[in-house]
Amino acid sequence: MQSFIQLFVSGLATGAIYALAAVGFTLIWQTSQTINFAQGEFVMLPAFFVLAAMDIFGLAFPAACFVGLAASMLVLGVLFKRGIVDFMLPHGVLPLVISTIALSLLLKESVKTFYSSQAQPFPPLTSDIDINILGAIVSVQSVFVLGAAIAAIAALHLFLGHTGVGRQMQATAQNPAVAVLLGIPTKRMIMYTFVINAGLVGLASILISPIYLAKFTNGDSLGLAAFVAAIVGGFNQVRGAIVGGLVLGVFENLSAAYLSSSYRGAFPMILLVLVILFRPQGLLGRVEERTV
Amino acid sequence: MNYMRTMMVCALSSVSAPTFAQSTATTIYMPDLAELSGAGAVSGTNWRDGIIMAVEELNAKGGILGKKLDVPHIDTQSDAAIARAQTQKVLDNDPYVVLGPVFSGSVLVTMELTRQAEIVEFTGGEAAAITQKNNPYIFRTSFGQQFSMPKIANYVRDGVKAKKVAVVWVNNDFGKGGRDFFTAEMKKRNIDVVADISTESGQVDFAADVVKVKGVNADAIFVYTNEEESARFLREARKQGITAPLIGETTLLSQKVIDLAGPAANGVKGHVGLTAEAPVASFQQFGVKFKQRFNYASDHNAIKGYTAIYAIKYVTEKIGKFDSKLLAKTLHGLTIKPADEAGILLEASWDQNGDIDRQSFLGEVVNGQQKIVEILPKLGAN
Repeated sequence: MQSFIQLFVSGLATGAIYALAAVGFTLIWQTSQTINFAQGEFVMLPAFFVLAAMDIFGLAFPAACFVGLAASMLVLGVLFKRGIVDFMLPHGVLPLVISTIALSLLLKESVKTFYSSQAQPFPPLTSDIDINILGAIVSVQSVFVLGAAIAAIAALHLFLGHTGVGRQMQATAQNPAVAVLLGIPTKRMIMYTFVINAGLVGLASILISPIYLAKFTNGDSLGLAAFVAAIVGGFNQVRGAIVGGLVLGVFENLSAAYLSSSYRGAFPMILLVLVILFRPQGLLGRVEERTV
Repeated sequence: MNYMRTMMVCALSSVSAPTFAQSTATTIYMPDLAELSGAGAVSGTNWRDGIIMAVEELNAKGGILGKKLDVPHIDTQSDAAIARAQTQKVLDNDPYVVLGPVFSGSVLVTMELTRQAEIVEFTGGEAAAITQKNNPYIFRTSFGQQFSMPKIANYVRDGVKAKKVAVVWVNNDFGKGGRDFFTAEMKKRNIDVVADISTESGQVDFAADVVKVKGVNADAIFVYTNEEESARFLREARKQGITAPLIGETTLLSQKVIDLAGPAANGVKGHVGLTAEAPVASFQQFGVKFKQRFNYASDHNAIKGYTAIYAIKYVTEKIGKFDSKLLAKTLHGLTIKPADEAGILLEASWDQNGDIDRQSFLGEVVNGQQKIVEILPKLGAN
């Protein structure tokens, strides 16, 4: 039972990171109907912004985190939207998808070239202490990661559902043409979506890097996990991505511990296949119908 | 994806400018194939930098037999298929020696090509299988697992006095080979392996593995993974309050793992084949020079690369010409002493299989520093 609790909490913490990245997948899907295949690298890069702010500008870690988040929102939000999405989207979804694949390679190789190919230690966000939950030893770090991710997602939920800008963003995602007719500045709303995505991946990067270490290849596994989480939960629902991330994180941990550590990489894929077979819209996704 | 990358490397190699130089009247071509990115980047970068330091020293003194060393460093991306493609390319330019790779999985494919070309290959790989294929052109720069595992097994029995152990290993050629030898050595010593946990190269989350290890109440935990995975495992182990001794073989006690794991590395013990922290003056001088040159502390892979170059220098000057076949023939059964070649750092001997024998060490991590507690003699001295 103690082991189960440890695995469950640790899985939730990892799953919360997947959820942050998966939410970004769904936000961008809803506003631009495209999949950002650089999302994993978007989670990898902000940690290096933070490290660069500390190493090059000599900033303290908390200040460097703010700089890292700001840089993420500028580079991965504004510049990504203006420099790639706006430029490629008029040519269709496929060129944009290919562009994001190219961007993922560019970001990865750039970090390798300009920072390091080696993993870098990343300062911990909490003190190195454990707490006892029903006899199970759970690290404060895991609880903090889980709490911070939940707080961020709750804040996003409140923003989207209870503010004017949030509701305009939802209207833009649901029907851009009608939103324009209603006088909603849809271009600005779409820009906000990209900036929010950049903020979420920036937060995910800062939360996960003390555990994963900062490395240019981190995006490979994180991007895949977030993509799977978004499909499992439902690609067209923010809450689906959250549930998908948490389910995947817990499922990965439990299957590696209780089924087989050798086939740990296969279990999430089995889960994905089962969801696609029996509930293709995802656990919480809604069925979309299109006229052909 | 790997297949695609390999094809792209091959295609680019065929149309790009000739970056793979050949030996000339004034230079001797010795390409280095190293893991400069991917899962093996820590090992490959150290290996490369050790080579760079030795080459700079030698070229400053005029090179070998009057020829400067031309040693391009080529990234295998820690991928065996890319390493193979790169090896084929460099062999087309008649190298004197091929250096690297470090990852055993890559070595096992490149060494077949260098064997066909009859070119000596100095490798940093440690998988036992490398020197069990009757290949006369492959030479190690550190212990193979068949030599290091008995040493660590003796330590587990006599030093830790463990009766049951857990084994955590990385599922690649390096990890699988080490795991097989370690469990066999445990069996010979009547020590039970109560958990046998395979992990993945590049794995980032070790929570499930540590929970499994905790559940078996082993007297000691043997961790045999690559550098970054070792650091992540140590962090998770400390996070979950593991108290059993964590035992490793060279990598687990390396400076890079200590740097990445932070305080979680304290208390780790084990066998160390090569280390700049050893109480050997030549190693310590190497460590200081390396730190000055590259601004980071070297690990065992840097010493491997450095000593490989000086072994080549010594034998080449001994035979008086650049003849790869003669180099291989001369190296088998040869012992190089620091008195004869200072760059070898510590007396080293190569047997007929290309395996190396030299002194090694028992160490532990204390306050973020590797501390050597015992020097073990050469196997040939037993």
